[in-house]
Amino acid sequence: MYFDSLSAVWHMDGHGFYVWLSYALTFLPVAIMLWLPIRRQRQLWQWIVAEQRRVDSRHVDAQSK
Amino acid sequence: MGSPPWFFRFSGAVVQWLLPITIGLLLLGAAWGLLVAPPDFRQGNSYRIIYIHVPAAVVALVGYYVMALAGAVSLIWRIKMADVTMRAAAPVGAVLTAVALVTGAIWGKPTWGTWWVWDARITSMLILLFLYLGVMALFEAYENKTAAARACAVLSLVGTVNIPIIYKSVDWWYSLHQPASIKFTGESAIDSSMLYPLLLMITAFYCFFALTVLLNMRAELMWNHREANWLQQMVRKV
Repeated sequence: MYFDSLSAVWHMDGHGFYVWLSYALTFLPVAIMLWLPIRRQRQLWQWIVAEQRRVDSRHVDAQSK
Repeated sequence: MGSPPWFFRFSGAVVQWLLPITIGLLLLGAAWGLLVAPPDFRQGNSYRIIYIHVPAAVVALVGYYVMALAGAVSLIWRIKMADVTMRAAAPVGAVLTAVALVTGAIWGKPTWGTWWVWDARITSMLILLFLYLGVMALFEAYENKTAAARACAVLSLVGTVNIPIIYKSVDWWYSLHQPASIKFTGESAIDSSMLYPLLLMITAFYCFFALTVLLNMRAELMWNHREANWLQQMVRKV
């Protein structure tokens, strides 16, 4: 570890603002880019499951009549 | 290999490993660059932005070739999967280019005293961002998606002209942006205590690119094949 204290890590001899801002503006979009397709996959998967249940239950109804 | 069921299964297995590896490498590289690496003797601590700026820029350039190559494959062999790859790469490349531009601007402020300058490297990177956004917008502009994919492939292929220009810009028009510190041949102009975390972060960003493209492709395939038998059966098994 190069720095002596947490506040030294935060300030980085006056460059802390620039360094932390650029890391925040990198990791935020990176996280969003990972999260969006994962969420879309999950939603589609749930949609397919719901659709299958709907079709299955209609079959059961038709047989019982 | 172009078969969606095969790809879906294969990419599922890859993603399962690549997701934790990517997150781990990103966090490790960031911690190393931010906390462990020594400061630059001229720039002080602001140079730590290099650990995200350079990897984002490098992968944004390589990602463009991936997109253009997929576009070429789609044009020549009419493989549907190549279309999906091309479209999956565009937003990731756009985000990486934007990250390189934004972190570069933030780095420029304490180093050059300005957020922005119309330097050749920076301007050609801005053109790269517009190319990525252009491919994305062009696809949406067409009603006929086959024609849309063809137009996007042509645009991405034409845009490859910009990549060597970006790469060589720091040597051809030397102004504010510094030339490359890492060289494939000969000694790199950077100490190993700074080089190792940088190489780690470049690897992490490559993993991020591969992972996000795969995830985007999987989401796209699920949507396109939501009524296909193979996907229905796969969902039933789980």
